[in-house]
Amino acid sequence: MIFDLELILDSIPQMLMGLGLTLQLLFLSLALGTALAIILLLMRISGRWVLAAPAMAYIYIFRGTPILVQIFIIYYGLPQLELVRESILWPILREPFGCAIVALSLNTGAYVSEIFRGGVLGVDRGLKEAASALGLSARQRFIYITAPIAIRLSLPAYSNDVVSLMKSTALASTITLLDMTGIARTIVAETYAPYEVFLSLMVIYLVLTWMIQRSFGWIEKRMSRHVRSEI
Amino acid sequence: MSDNQQDVIVQVENVDKFFGDFQALKAVNLTVARGERVVVCGPSGSGKSTLIRCINRLEAHSSGRILINGHELTDDVKDIDAVRREVGMVFQSFNLFPHLTVIENLMLAPKLVRKTSKTENRELAMEMLARVKIQDQAEKWPSALSGGQQQRVAIARALCMNPEVILFDEPTSALDPEMISEVLDVMIDLAKEGMTMICVTHEMGFARSVADKVVFMDQGEIVETGPPATFFDSPKSDRTRLFLQQILSH
Repeated sequence: MIFDLELILDSIPQMLMGLGLTLQLLFLSLALGTALAIILLLMRISGRWVLAAPAMAYIYIFRGTPILVQIFIIYYGLPQLELVRESILWPILREPFGCAIVALSLNTGAYVSEIFRGGVLGVDRGLKEAASALGLSARQRFIYITAPIAIRLSLPAYSNDVVSLMKSTALASTITLLDMTGIARTIVAETYAPYEVFLSLMVIYLVLTWMIQRSFGWIEKRMSRHVRSEI
Repeated sequence: MSDNQQDVIVQVENVDKFFGDFQALKAVNLTVARGERVVVCGPSGSGKSTLIRCINRLEAHSSGRILINGHELTDDVKDIDAVRREVGMVFQSFNLFPHLTVIENLMLAPKLVRKTSKTENRELAMEMLARVKIQDQAEKWPSALSGGQQQRVAIARALCMNPEVILFDEPTSALDPEMISEVLDVMIDLAKEGMTMICVTHEMGFARSVADKVVFMDQGEIVETGPPATFFDSPKSDRTRLFLQQILSH
């Protein structure tokens, strides 16, 4: 088979028209998902069963089911309920964009909270004891000692999750959104050239992944200044 | 040592501590007066670390009473905070905050607990670093320092809170031999300045020259207490004698 180079050169700028939407999906659901993750984390480490158990159940359900099914339930399922149609969330859940953001945030929140929990558990117990001995309250210990160290410990796994979330945004194309994948599918439907178009799409995603990894590499290096011996 | 009640800084009365079924402390009594230097020694697992960890509530005692400068330690967070403000602690593994520079390590607790100004905290921190002779390392990360230097920073960090008493939990056990003396020297200086100290340590030379009182623990009990001269030269108990033979034989 012969590669249609012209088609590739033609379709890449078209797909890049969807880059803005892809990035919006990524950054919005990353921000919301991370905020949710922090709430879930605090519930899990609260030491109170009534808070920890719901958080654990939530995490189990959202990590244990396919994100595509979660998107379908939110987009196709929820509007069936009158309760939802009459709620203040309806303006968000009525739109496919809103549904995609909600699904991606809820899903990534479950994963990220487990990543953060790993970071928190990785903080040396002796440091918390030293902070206690100095008279810091539990809240101060968390904010000034546990959190900064846990964030650094979580960063490599977190960056993996950002990459995986970025790839998951492609699923938004299944609920009519014209992100990069949505546009690619439209072009394929018109040209019957899946090979060229999807391969070009892959290259764009690879560049995005590379950029995310580089950014986190830089952040990690900055946050690890104290691990190297020089100042 | 005075009988005056006001001069008692630490009072441990009939304290038991259980970890599950295991009894780590058995009816321990200990009184430490202002300015007194107490060395606690004993074989590993004898409860000596547990004892000093109970004194600032890193472990909760199971029964009995612990009073620090008149405050009784209870489950109440307020009591615990009040006690921790008066008790400093130095750990075997230094436990410097790795994400903060040396001076930030010293300034954190005064900022959060005493809420004093930044200038004031910085001055205090520099003063304490000078006291442990390490002021030229103020802006470095803890990981850039040697073990002995890190432990001296940890001592300075405890001093910044102006504690009534400092607890030392095997402060030289994690150090390379050549660094032990620089830490002991700082501790000796503190002792000379009149700091009340309770030291869990295997440094018997330090105990002999600095301590007012040596406490020997074994299997969760205080077996013998006495001034160093009596303790080292004419121990009363066989268990003490055996321990001293083992620790001083090489």
